[in-house]
Amino acid sequence: MTKILGISAFYHDSAAAIIIDGKIIAAAQEERFSRKKHDPKYPYNAIEFVLNFAKVKLSEIDHIVFFEKPFLKFERILETYVAMAPRGFLQFSKAMPSWLREKLFQKKMLFNLLKKNDINFNEISKISFSEHHLSHAASAFFPSPFEEAIVLTADGVGEWATTTVAVGKKNSLKIKKEIHFPHSLGLLYSAFTYYTGFKVNSGEYKLMGLAPYGDPKYIDLIQKNLIHIKDDGSFRLNQDYFNYTTGLSMTNKKFHNLFGQNPRDSKKDKITQFHMDIASSIQKVTEDIMIKICRSLRKEFNIPNLCLAGGVALNCVANGKILKEKIFENIWIQPAAGDAGGSLGAALAFWYLELNKDREVTNKDRMNGSYLGPSFGNEEIKNKLNNLGAKFEILEEDVLIEKTADDLSKGNAVGWFQGRMEFGPRALGGRSILGDPRSSIMQKNLNLKVKYRESFRPFAPSILRDNVNDWFELNEDSPYMLLVANIKKEKQKQMTEDEKKLFGIEKLNIKRSEIPAVTHVDYSARIQTVSSDTNKKYYDLIKKFKDKTNCPVIVNTSFNVRGEPIVNTPEDAFNCFMGTELDNLVIGNCYLIKKYQNPALKKDYTKNFELD
Amino acid sequence: MDFIKEFFEFLKIRKKYWLLPIIFVLVIFGGLIILSQGSAIAPFIYTIF
Repeated sequence: MTKILGISAFYHDSAAAIIIDGKIIAAAQEERFSRKKHDPKYPYNAIEFVLNFAKVKLSEIDHIVFFEKPFLKFERILETYVAMAPRGFLQFSKAMPSWLREKLFQKKMLFNLLKKNDINFNEISKISFSEHHLSHAASAFFPSPFEEAIVLTADGVGEWATTTVAVGKKNSLKIKKEIHFPHSLGLLYSAFTYYTGFKVNSGEYKLMGLAPYGDPKYIDLIQKNLIHIKDDGSFRLNQDYFNYTTGLSMTNKKFHNLFGQNPRDSKKDKITQFHMDIASSIQKVTEDIMIKICRSLRKEFNIPNLCLAGGVALNCVANGKILKEKIFENIWIQPAAGDAGGSLGAALAFWYLELNKDREVTNKDRMNGSYLGPSFGNEEIKNKLNNLGAKFEILEEDVLIEKTADDLSKGNAVGWFQGRMEFGPRALGGRSILGDPRSSIMQKNLNLKVKYRESFRPFAPSILRDNVNDWFELNEDSPYMLLVANIKKEKQKQMTEDEKKLFGIEKLNIKRSEIPAVTHVDYSARIQTVSSDTNKKYYDLIKKFKDKTNCPVIVNTSFNVRGEPIVNTPEDAFNCFMGTELDNLVIGNCYLIKKYQNPALKKDYTKNFELD
Repeated sequence: MDFIKEFFEFLKIRKKYWLLPIIFVLVIFGGLIILSQGSAIAPFIYTIF
C-alpha cells in the first residue's frame, strides 16, 4: 500500500490530506482544530487527524508532498521587487526576514515540524514539492467523474501562475497555458474586496453576496482603465492602479480617484449603494472573463467536460453563469477549491503523475460528498455532552428525524451535527445550521441572532436532488453548493411597483418567493442538491420536512458564528448552541432543546472570535 | 549543504544565475539582521556601521 500525505500551509487555509493507493481517505483544514479562521500555521492537528483516521504513523507514510514550490515563489518575489525597485522597499523589507529565516529552507523546516507529529520520522527525502496550480488542477481533475476534461484554475497567485489551463486525460494532466503574476483575476477581485471594506482572502464571499443589490454601472470604467481583456478571455491588469506588488495595500490613490471615493473603513463607514454598485460591476466583469475563457477553451480543445479549482472557482455565481451558457456539457468543481484543497491535489498529483498509477473513472466523483473530516460515535457524543452539563435525550433515528423536521417546520433554528465534517468552506449537512426557508423573517433572524453577521448576506438552500428542477432553473447535480441558479418563475413573487422603487438592502424585507429565506434579491440561490447515497440522514430529514410542509427545501448555513471556523467537535457545537439563539441542537442521536439547558452555561460567545 | 545544492540546481534549471548576487547580498544583510537581534555580537555589528 502506498500512503501519501499532502500538506498546504504558510499562506492561508492550512490543511492536510491522506490518500492510500490513490483513494482519498481523509482531509481537514487546520482552522477547525485551532479555532482560528483561515489558520496559516503548520497543520499539526490536521496531520494528526488524517494519520489517526487512516491508522498510520507518520514514519510509515511513503511520500509527503507540499502543495507549492517555495524556491519558485521566492524567485517571483525577488524578480518582482527588482523590477519595481526602488518602489516597494517597505513591503520587501517586511517580507524578506521570514523568507531568509525559514520559508526558503522549507524542506528542513517541514522536516523539523513533521518530527513533532512523529519523533521517529527521519527521512527528509520523502518530502517533495508540487506546483501551486498543478495541485489545484490535480484536485479538480483526478477526483472528477471525467476521463478527459479541460481543467481551469484561477486564484490570487501561486508561484508565478495566477490562471492556468490544463488538459486531463485518464491519469495524465498537462498544463497548456498560464497567465502570470501580477495579472490575476483573483487579485483583481480581492482589490475590490479591499476597496469595499472587506477582509482580503475571506471577504470575497461578502462582495459576491452584495453584488445583486447593486447596478453594474462601473463596468466600462473598469474595462477601460483597470483591465484589458482579449477575445480569448486572457487579460492584463493596468498596474498603475494597484498597489499589491509594491505596497502594503491592494489599491492606490489613482484607483480611488477613478471611482471617486477612498476605500471603505469597515469600522466607521456604512455600506452604501455605491459599494453595492461597485460589487455588482466587478462581479459582472469576473463572470464575463470566465465565460470568455471557457468559450475559447471549448473551441480550442473541443473537450466537453470542464473541471474548476482555485479560489475564483468558489465564485458560485460565475460558475452558475458558465453552466447556464451551456459552453460545456458537464462541469465539476472541487469543493475545497481554495488553498486547503491544494493539500489533496498535491497528494493526488504525486500518485498519478510521479508514480504513474492508473486512474479508474466512474460516473460518481471520488470526494465522498466532501465528508472527509472527523466524526464522533454516539457513545462518545453522549459522554462529551454529559461532561459539558448538557441536558439531552437519546432518540432512535426515525424519531430524531421526525422531531427535527417538526422543529424546522415550526420556525426553529436547528444546529445539525452529523457524521464526518466537510472538507472545504461549505457546510453540506455535516456541520450545518438549518431553518425553514418559507419563513419571511428567517434570513434576518439567522443573520442577526444566530450568525451575528451582516443582514444582507444570503442563505443557501439544500434541496432533494429529485426536486431541484421543480424549484430552480437547474437540473444538474450541485452537491457542493458551488452553483447558483434562479428560482423557477412560478415560485417567484413579483415585486409591486412600489417595491421595485426600493434600493439595495431595503429590498431584503420583501417576500420574493415561496422560499424567501434562500431567495436573494435577484431571485438567485446557491444550491446544494442532496442525494441519499452521499448523506442519507440529511436526505431523510429534508424528505420528512417535505412530507410535513410540501417543501423539499431547507435553509443550510455553516454551523458557526461570524469570524468563527465551522464547528468540529461536539464541544464546539454545544458552545456555539449555548452562545447563540439556536433553538435546538442535534448531535448524532442526541437531541437538545435550548430552554431546558442550564442558563449558567450560556456564554458571551461572539467576543471569542475576531470579526472577518 | 543539501539546501545549497538544491538551490543551485534550481537556478540552473530556471537559468536564473543573475539572481545570485542579489541573494548573496540578502543573505549577508539578513544574517547580520538576525544576528543583531539580541545576540552577544549585536554591539559590534552596530559599530561596523
